[in-house]
Amino acid sequence: MNTVNDRSRELAPFVPSPDDDMLICRCEEITKGEIRKAVHEGMWTMTEIRRYLRTGMGLCQGQTCAKLVKAIVARELGVSPAELEPATSRAPMRPIEMRIFANEANEAKEGQDDE
Amino acid sequence: MSKTAEVIVIGGGIIGCAVSYYLAKKGVSVLCLEGSDHIGNGGSSRNGGGVRQSGRDPRELPLVMYGIRHFWKTLSEELETDCEYHQDGNLRLGKTEKHREILTGLTERAVKVGLDVRMIDGDEVRRINPYLSEEVTCASWCPTDGHANPLTTTLGYYKTARKLGARFITGEHVVELKKIKGVLRKVVCASGNVYEGETVVLAAGYASRKIAETVGIDIPMQSAMLEALVTEAQPQMFDQMLGTAEADFYGHQTKHGSFVFGGSSGLEDFTKDNGTPVCYAKTAPCICRGIIKYFPNLADAKIVRTWAGWMDKCADGVPVLGKVGEVPGLVLACGFTGHGFGIAPAAAHQLAELITTGRTDVDLHDLRYDRFHAKI
Ligand SMILES: Cc1cc2nc3c(=O)[nH]c(=O)nc-3n(C[C@H](O)[C@H](O)[C@H](O)COP(=O)(O)OP(=O)(O)OC[C@H]3O[C@@H](n4cnc5c(N)ncnc54)[C@H](O)[C@@H]3O)c2cc1C
Repeated sequence: MNTVNDRSRELAPFVPSPDDDMLICRCEEITKGEIRKAVHEGMWTMTEIRRYLRTGMGLCQGQTCAKLVKAIVARELGVSPAELEPATSRAPMRPIEMRIFANEANEAKEGQDDE
Repeated sequence: MSKTAEVIVIGGGIIGCAVSYYLAKKGVSVLCLEGSDHIGNGGSSRNGGGVRQSGRDPRELPLVMYGIRHFWKTLSEELETDCEYHQDGNLRLGKTEKHREILTGLTERAVKVGLDVRMIDGDEVRRINPYLSEEVTCASWCPTDGHANPLTTTLGYYKTARKLGARFITGEHVVELKKIKGVLRKVVCASGNVYEGETVVLAAGYASRKIAETVGIDIPMQSAMLEALVTEAQPQMFDQMLGTAEADFYGHQTKHGSFVFGGSSGLEDFTKDNGTPVCYAKTAPCICRGIIKYFPNLADAKIVRTWAGWMDKCADGVPVLGKVGEVPGLVLACGFTGHGFGIAPAAAHQLAELITTGRTDVDLHDLRYDRFHAKI
């Protein structure tokens, strides 16, 4: 069930912090400061942060940074990290070459021939 | 929290966010209700990013062209967001005589409406894009077409609208519209909350049908699933938007280096609807086979993600935009039929004009809600 979330609710003001330059998403090179700023610009869910900044959209698909990003977003919003839904994981589980992916139809046909 | 505004917008996709932005910019008070937990969680965050005029129906072409002339080029600055807009043309590719016929037909129709698009042969295609296989024998070429990033563009409209004072509430699922003394006024949500406005913009994608029905308006729309995929970052290859005569795939290389391709298996009208758009096992492999035939070089590119989204397919393939005679106060903005991203800035801007001034620069008459008739 969805929760009603008024996006005009006031957050504590954005205060620059000394570790804002710290890299959080290494695949896409996104810093803590960029994530914090995005929250203040209205990106309040893990899904929105990902779509806006590309955190977790690189090679590791967020396996390394998802938890860190969540903690930063939660802190900025003043909520517990447990309240934030993770962004959706998507197929394939590991990157796969087009030429291999494309084989699906052949495999199905070969399977039929065997019968 | 106040539950009234001059305009209530239903749906926080690119259309709802952009309408909210253009209204807020004019000083109108706006409240946008998004049913899911995330802004832009529908088609707007799932599309292929095509900003195209070629191949479009002549009834909506003037609006698309207006958008490309007036909004896209300056959108990143305006929204203080990198929308990654590229205007490097669109090649719609063909391999067979049948393809050439399809493309020639589309081209002739678009030229009549004043679009700069022409047929070119295989060699000229490969001069524009040297990565294309020798099998390509023709294409339609529209130099003013392009592509952009749908995720940042949608969220950019949201961000700037919000900054200008538009209010957004997510997780607020609209179930009913209510008239008072013959005029639309109330918007009822599943949460029990009721919002009030002088104008209600219905931009809830396919779900708009059910919502409009609560005030007796039926728009012939059907949902259909579309799918897309993205590769790992590749070395910079080309900047054009690409498609094919049979529409078996389309796509572009993004600023990030990855390729985003959309496509179909031919079975989309009959996929399982379990409430969420889940990829159909046959589609992504089919898209890959289509791509490899045109771009042999991409066979080793790795796919990192696939996804699906619903499109709101209108009975005659073009959107429904504008006011509704029987329901004063209602403005429809739905039925974009799988190509509502490129047209979004123009459609939203013109609806904001219609709401504030009663007039539009582009004639929207062909896109009226009451244009549907039985065949006999
Ligand atoms: C895979 C794919 C590829 C595509 N490729 C292209 C392309 O290359 N170029 C192009 O121009 N277009 C493309 N499109 C189409 C384009 O994405 C859509 O036409 C466009 O995003 C429509 O925007 P929208 O705001 O009307 O709809 P949506 O983005 O679907 O927004 C509607 C919103 O309404 C919300 N909503 C639904 N019901 C309710 C309710 N009851 N109460 C409140 N809110 C509700 C939804 O959650 C959603 O956020 C593609 C679509 C898909 C799926």
